[in-house]
Amino acid sequence: MTTAARLRHLGLVLMPWAVLVSMWHLLAVSGLVNTGLMPTPGEVSRKFWQLLTTDRLVVDILRSTQRVALGVSLGILVAVPIGFLIGWYKNVRTFLDPLINFFRALPPIALIPLVVVYFGIDEPAKVIILFYASFFAGVIVMYEGVAQISPIYIKVSKTLGANDAEIFARVIVPMTMPHILTALRVALGVAWATLVASELVAAQQGLGALIQSAGSFFQIDVIYVGIVCIGAVALSMDMALRALTRRLIRWQDRVEGH
Amino acid sequence: MPEIRINFENVSVDFATELGPLRVVNDVSFAISENEFICIVGPSGCGKTTLMNIVAGFVQPTQGRVTLDGKPITGPGRDRGVIFQEYGVFPWLTVEQNIMFGLRLHSSQVPASQHREIGQRYLELMGLADFARAFPKTLSGGMRQRLAIARAYAAQPEFLLMDEPFGALDAQTRSKMQNLLLEVLEREGKTVLMITHSVDEAVYLASRVVVVTARPARIKEIIDVPFAYPRSEALHDTPAFGALKARVRDLVMAEYEVQQKLGSATS
Repeated sequence: MTTAARLRHLGLVLMPWAVLVSMWHLLAVSGLVNTGLMPTPGEVSRKFWQLLTTDRLVVDILRSTQRVALGVSLGILVAVPIGFLIGWYKNVRTFLDPLINFFRALPPIALIPLVVVYFGIDEPAKVIILFYASFFAGVIVMYEGVAQISPIYIKVSKTLGANDAEIFARVIVPMTMPHILTALRVALGVAWATLVASELVAAQQGLGALIQSAGSFFQIDVIYVGIVCIGAVALSMDMALRALTRRLIRWQDRVEGH
Repeated sequence: MPEIRINFENVSVDFATELGPLRVVNDVSFAISENEFICIVGPSGCGKTTLMNIVAGFVQPTQGRVTLDGKPITGPGRDRGVIFQEYGVFPWLTVEQNIMFGLRLHSSQVPASQHREIGQRYLELMGLADFARAFPKTLSGGMRQRLAIARAYAAQPEFLLMDEPFGALDAQTRSKMQNLLLEVLEREGKTVLMITHSVDEAVYLASRVVVVTARPARIKEIIDVPFAYPRSEALHDTPAFGALKARVRDLVMAEYEVQQKLGSATS
């Protein structure tokens, strides 16, 4: 890309944000909404800085990121082999598919009382909720993707003399890689969306906990800070993952356009 | 008498369908000798591909057997390179890595020190040298086809099995590919079994043309193609070529009519 194209690209990326923030600002100062109920972007960023430098915000961000990372890692670790088996073997799919769709439909927040009963209110309870959300999001992406892999590559590699171990390492793994990365991205999104629910379980720290305690003390600016932080951290993780995807699967058609 | 390498002995194949077994190949017997170029022509959906798949090791005959040097074929192997209709070039590997795939496997007899040299040879032979480090997504259909052929060749098979390899190419590319294939065969010598529905292609390339019937595929006639190799485009314009082509076409067309009435539930 030339410098001019780069600048144009940057402009296109930043524009919707600029529009969004200006509209928010205009709405907050317009008087349409009670000023006590809607802080301006400026007030929220001042609050953000204050919480970041003098208070708990760093700990909250780290704690939430840690929970999400742990829940997603565990979820994907289990979702990859299971999703692969379901996608690869049609008969496994026949009996596991309804089961997975049943559990996938349950909102994690509805499971919180049961999780508390069985796992208590400590760290494992929160991670289990995130694990649950990531696993079911990931496993579906994984098996839908694997089911679409064409068997032609396996046939070709056999005619070239590959043994079973070589077929797995040199054909199945690279073909599965894009689906693992997509599953990871989807699971990360779902896990961040589930974070506040998971931190309903007696969390002292974390962005979800911050939002909830701010809610009970009517600190609307703090609520905004919490929400923006969740979005920002989730976005940066997604961008990092996309960069990794581009690096790992340069060969894929659709990666090029992004 | 040249040495017989592949032998079809009274081969029949039934496919299981919802309506019970469907016979797709019926009592086929013929032999392929060293360095022959056999083209199988017949109406589409008649079971030609099944014949090739038996040699490739992907399909087992229901009756009879197919032997390679006297031993029944039980599965795919690197002695028989297959070029599929859909190419099957590995999209996650570069052009060069695709070509070297077979060389780098455990079953390869070629020492590692020669891999690069062999890879380079086929890159050049197939006109892909400028694209060695490109991924297949950037290649045209004709180039992917050349890559598939280069990859099969680089694994050093004794046989090349090709299933309508040029079917998806435009007329000009197709004729270029045919000449390239003849050129490569002239240099490297292989025994070839090619499936095609193009009578022109069959007569131009093959040393013998096997015409098969509508489903279930039986051998209708085996025709010797008398033209000497190396062949060139000019052959197309000779009366002898035209006459032979017309003869094969008549045989195929008669079967095409029959196949039309059957529908083409399978190939």
